[in-house]
Amino acid sequence: MFDIERWQEIFDTLRKNKLRTFLTGLSVASGIFILVILLGFGQGMQNGIAHEFEQDASTSVWVWPGMTTKEFKGMNPGRRIQLRNDNFDFWSKANAEKIENESPRIFVRNVNVNYGNEALVYGIHGVQGDFQFIENAKMVDGRFINLLDHEGTAKVVVIGNKIRKDVFGHLESPLGEYIEFSGIPFKIIGVYKELREREEETLYIPLSTAQKVFNGGDRVNNLAYTLPPAENFDQAVAQAVAFKDELRQYLQQAHTVAPDDTGAIQVWSAMEEAKRYYSLTGNIKFFFWFVGICTIIAGVVGVSNIMLIVVKERTREIGVRKALGAKPWSIVGMILHEAIFVTAISGFLGLFFSMLLLELVGPYVEVDYIMNPSVNLNVAVATVLVLIFAGTVAGFFPAWRAANIQVINALRDE
Amino acid sequence: MIEIKDLHKSYKMGSNSLHVLKGINFTAEEGELVAIMGSSGSGKSTLLNILGMLDEADSGEYNLDGVPIKNLSETKAAKYRNKFLGFVFQSFNLINYKSAMENVALPLYYQKVGRKEREEKAIKYLEQVGLKEWAHHLPNELSGGQKQRVAIARAMAAEPKVLLADEPTGALDSKTSYEVMDLIQNINDQGNTILVVTHEEDIAHMCKRIIHLRDGVIVEDKKIKQVRASSYVQ
Repeated sequence: MFDIERWQEIFDTLRKNKLRTFLTGLSVASGIFILVILLGFGQGMQNGIAHEFEQDASTSVWVWPGMTTKEFKGMNPGRRIQLRNDNFDFWSKANAEKIENESPRIFVRNVNVNYGNEALVYGIHGVQGDFQFIENAKMVDGRFINLLDHEGTAKVVVIGNKIRKDVFGHLESPLGEYIEFSGIPFKIIGVYKELREREEETLYIPLSTAQKVFNGGDRVNNLAYTLPPAENFDQAVAQAVAFKDELRQYLQQAHTVAPDDTGAIQVWSAMEEAKRYYSLTGNIKFFFWFVGICTIIAGVVGVSNIMLIVVKERTREIGVRKALGAKPWSIVGMILHEAIFVTAISGFLGLFFSMLLLELVGPYVEVDYIMNPSVNLNVAVATVLVLIFAGTVAGFFPAWRAANIQVINALRDE
Repeated sequence: MIEIKDLHKSYKMGSNSLHVLKGINFTAEEGELVAIMGSSGSGKSTLLNILGMLDEADSGEYNLDGVPIKNLSETKAAKYRNKFLGFVFQSFNLINYKSAMENVALPLYYQKVGRKEREEKAIKYLEQVGLKEWAHHLPNELSGGQKQRVAIARAMAAEPKVLLADEPTGALDSKTSYEVMDLIQNINDQGNTILVVTHEEDIAHMCKRIIHLRDGVIVEDKKIKQVRASSYVQ
C-alpha cells in the first residue's frame, strides 16, 4: 500500500487513461452527491416541520366548540355549544397544578376600527395575559395585557409588528397612540412579534373589556392552555392526551353532550399533532434513505461494471505484464489499488461538493416544511467507505480471474 | 540450457481434441541461435509458448538452465519468466499508453529495480537498438520496425538467459526484417541464447541451427552456416 513504485505506476496509468478515470470517478461522485443531497433534504424536512410547531407553544391545548350531532338526554342534535367564563374558571381551579399558562379567547366582531381617518381591517381578540405565552409571541415594544388591565376593564390594545409597520410606520413608536373601536378610543400599550408575519395581524384587548364593552356577556370562543414541560417527548404526549381527554369529558358533561359526539367540542393538542408529523417525517426520512441506498447500489453496480470493462480492456496488457514477470497478486493489487484510489478520491469529492452545496444553499432554502437541510458527516463518510468497500469487492473477482488466466490466452485477447 | 523430453500438448476444440505436439525431444546449448520452422499448424508457436512458460505441456520433461519446469504456480512461473526469459512477439505487444522507455523499463519494475535505475537501463537498451531519440514516444508514433526494436530492448532489459522470439519479423517488410535480424544476431554474438520461430527461409538461414517441425514432430534438425543480416542492411 505504501510502495512508492506502485503509486507511481498507478498514477502513470490513471494519467494516461483520463477518460476512463473520469467516468469511473463521475459515477461514484454522483452517487454520493445524490445520496447526501437526499439525506440533507430529509433532515431539512424534519427541521422544517419541527419549526412549524415552534411558532405556537408546543404543549398548547385548544378547545374549539362546534355543533352537536347526536341526540343526548333529550337534547336535539344541531345545537351550537357556547363556552362560558364559568367553564374556564372551573377547569382552571380544578387543574391548577397541571396547567402552565391559561387564557380564554373571544373574537370581537362587528366593530369598526379606525386610526385617525384610516379604517383598519384587523381581527380583534379578547384574551388574558397568559395568552402571549400560549401564542409564543415576543414583545418588541411596550408590554402585553396584564391582570390589572383585565380587572380594570382597561381600554388598551396590543398590536402586531406587521400592523405597526403598515399603519404606524411614520411613528418612531406607536405606544400611546389611540385606535378607535366603534368610536371608543383604545390606547396602544405594546407591540408583539411572532415567527410569521401573517400571525401579526391581530389586535389583542383584555378579555373583560371585550366582554363588557362589546356586549359579550360571559361568552368565550376558545379555551387555550399550555402544559408544564415533561421529561421527554413521549411523556409530554401522554400528559397532553390525558389532559385533553379529561378536559373534553368535563366540557361534555357541563354542556350535556354525548360522550361520543366528538364534533361538538373539539380539543386539539399541539403535542399530539406534532407526534403525527414526527412519525410522518420519520417515514419520509426512511423513504429518502431507501432512495439513497438504491442510488448507492446503482453506484456500486456502476463501479463493478467499470471494473469489469477495465479488466476486459486490459486483458492483453495483463498478459504482457505477466509475460514480463508480473505475479498474479501484483496484477490484482494494481487493479484494486487503482479502483480504491479512484473511488476514494471521487467519493470524497462528491461528498465535499454535496456538503458544500448544502452548506451554501441550505440556510437560504425558504420553502414551507423544509428548513436548513443538512447531513450528518459521520453518516456521509460511512456511505463513502461502504461504496469503496463494495467497489473493491466487486472489482476483486474479475481482477483475480484475469490475473490467473493462462498468459497465452490473455495475449491472444483482442 | 534448454532440455525437453517427450513433450506432448493437445488442445480441446469443442468435442475434438487437437494433438499439436506429439513427443518433442530437443536440447539447446548456451549461446545458440535456433530457428524453429514449420508451416502454420505445425506446432512451432505452441512449442515456443511452452518453452516460455506462457502455456503448459500435458506431459514431458522440460529443464531450463537446470531447473525443472513442472506444475509451477503462477507466482513461481512469473518469477522464472522474469529471471530467465525475454519475449519478442509478432504483434510487438507493447503497452500502448506507455512510452518506449517505460515499456522497456517494465520488466525491471517487476524485478523491483528503483525508478531511476530502471530509466537509465531502459535508455541504455534503447540506445543499443538505435532508438534513444525515440525514448519518450508512444508506440503508436513508431514504425513497425521501431516497435519491434523497442520490444527487443524490453526483452533484453531483464538480462534473460534465453530470448524467445515468435515470428519477430512476421509483421515487417524485408528491409526492416533484416534490420531486426541484424539486431538479434548482435545480441546472440554477445553470448545470449535465442530461439526464433519463423516460417521464412531467409530469416531461418540467419540463425545457426534450423529445426523443422511438421504435424507436431521434429522432422529435421541441422546446423547451418549463418548468413549475416548486416550484408543485406545498407
